[in-house]
Amino acid sequence: MNSILDIQEEIVSEFEILGDDKESTIFYIMELGNSLDPFPEEERKEENIIKGCQSKVWLTAQFIEGKCHFSADSNTDITKGLISLLIRVYNRRSPEEILGNELTFLQRIGMGNILGSQRSNGLASMIQQMKRYALAFKTKQLSTHGNEGI
Amino acid sequence: MSVDVQSIRRLFPALHQEVNGKPLIYFDNAATTQKPLSVMEALQTYYKQDNANIHRGAHTLADRATIQFEAVRESIRGFLGAKESAEIIFTKGTTEGINLVAKTFGKKFIAKGDEILISTMEHHSNIVPWQMLCEETGASLKIIPITTEGELIWEEFERLLSAKTKLVSIVHASNALGTINPVKRIIAAAHEVGAKVLLDGAQATSHLEVDVLDLDCDFLVFSAHKLYGPTSLGVLYGKRNLLEQMPPFLGGGEMIREVSFEKTTYNDIPFKFEAGTPGIAEVISFGPALDFINGLGKKSIMAHEIELLTYAAQHLQHIKGITLVGTAAEKVSVLSFTVEGMHPFDVGQLLDAKGIAVRTGHHCTQPLMKRLGIEGTVRASFAVYNTKAEIDVFAEGVAQLARLKNR
Repeated sequence: MNSILDIQEEIVSEFEILGDDKESTIFYIMELGNSLDPFPEEERKEENIIKGCQSKVWLTAQFIEGKCHFSADSNTDITKGLISLLIRVYNRRSPEEILGNELTFLQRIGMGNILGSQRSNGLASMIQQMKRYALAFKTKQLSTHGNEGI
Repeated sequence: MSVDVQSIRRLFPALHQEVNGKPLIYFDNAATTQKPLSVMEALQTYYKQDNANIHRGAHTLADRATIQFEAVRESIRGFLGAKESAEIIFTKGTTEGINLVAKTFGKKFIAKGDEILISTMEHHSNIVPWQMLCEETGASLKIIPITTEGELIWEEFERLLSAKTKLVSIVHASNALGTINPVKRIIAAAHEVGAKVLLDGAQATSHLEVDVLDLDCDFLVFSAHKLYGPTSLGVLYGKRNLLEQMPPFLGGGEMIREVSFEKTTYNDIPFKFEAGTPGIAEVISFGPALDFINGLGKKSIMAHEIELLTYAAQHLQHIKGITLVGTAAEKVSVLSFTVEGMHPFDVGQLLDAKGIAVRTGHHCTQPLMKRLGIEGTVRASFAVYNTKAEIDVFAEGVAQLARLKNR
């Protein structure tokens, strides 16, 4: 499996092909959202919401065999596309990989200019929430191992 | 008389730019209008040569600033048809105006058991201050319902109106839908039961003839920045006898007559409500904005804007997947709509990529959106400098987006 660094490189070169036409870039982001796995209906609940001003995001995470598994959805197509990028980078990674790698691809693509400040803030909240999950899983893992040691 | 849009456009530098490689089409005028050069020049002139604190200054600059400042108060008096300029109070904006009335008129005249009447289509700034007042006093807030088209249900208004009603606080024209409410009738009916009326004129004042004596409203609030003027400046008109009875809003300089540690006496209106140094530059630069509106005449402005609204509505209503939201018979130039299968936020962002500025979301009217069963809308709002050619580009853009999901 490619590293977080490799995946980020891949994404950056995909966006480079699009050039600097904002409209086609947004359409591309919207299309990316179609690749997301269907989100379980029963998880579409208040406690899984990351609320932005205009768009809603549902995010859940599971910890399976030392890896973080994320599942997410949104009520807007552009946000769905953005989540799919984050999931592509973070899914099936260990907490250490998620916490130890900075996300540089968004800045390199110039996502802030494409999205505007409102959505950029929302995107930052999503990343933060995914990292929080990673940290929680890491802590849990450590305490379990700690117990085993005793 | 029709307006000469091309020469008007030359007065607005911000309109002449490209956004995302496309000529800017600015359809977010209900949020704020662009400013004419005369407003910017007045701001600059003030800071370049007249900058001084107003009132009580013993020097020439203070005198110049004071004269210009008070001249704008007089212009606003004329603009609203008020009896005297002392009834014109400068605020930070519509929101502050409503809060001022809630905190002062509310404190003096509203008590437990009283009722305040608002409508379903109010902006949050005409909901929350009253909720806060009700919490403090034990008064209750009653809501006039609306039809699906976005018009007040008159019978329900009459049913809610009673001797308990102390205040009706209502929007003159809805920011989210454009609906113009029959405010003259509302005011007359409210006065019959002894209630006072506050008009939220944030949207209406730039489009409609507003004559406070003819309407007989007790309070009117609006913001300068929606009338081609500067931001952070608003106006509260109030009838003298009410303003005199109301306690001050903020304490500080300007609003006092005499201060001692034992007792402070307050200044006369309007100064009683203008504690601290006001936005002097903003007030002075609002003068040319009013001149701009008066020069064209509100009748001509409104006629042009309604022509644009009708033209845009005709274009959009035939596009598959588009639903117009708010189809009242009487409207200002606000066109709200939804695109089937697309979130308003996405529509707004894609239109922005085409250089078109619109507003999306709940427009600070969440209870209204809930009533209409939608999360939000895309809102295009037109000003006197907009053109049919811009609407053609906009309608084509919307049609293209609608086709994505509604083939």
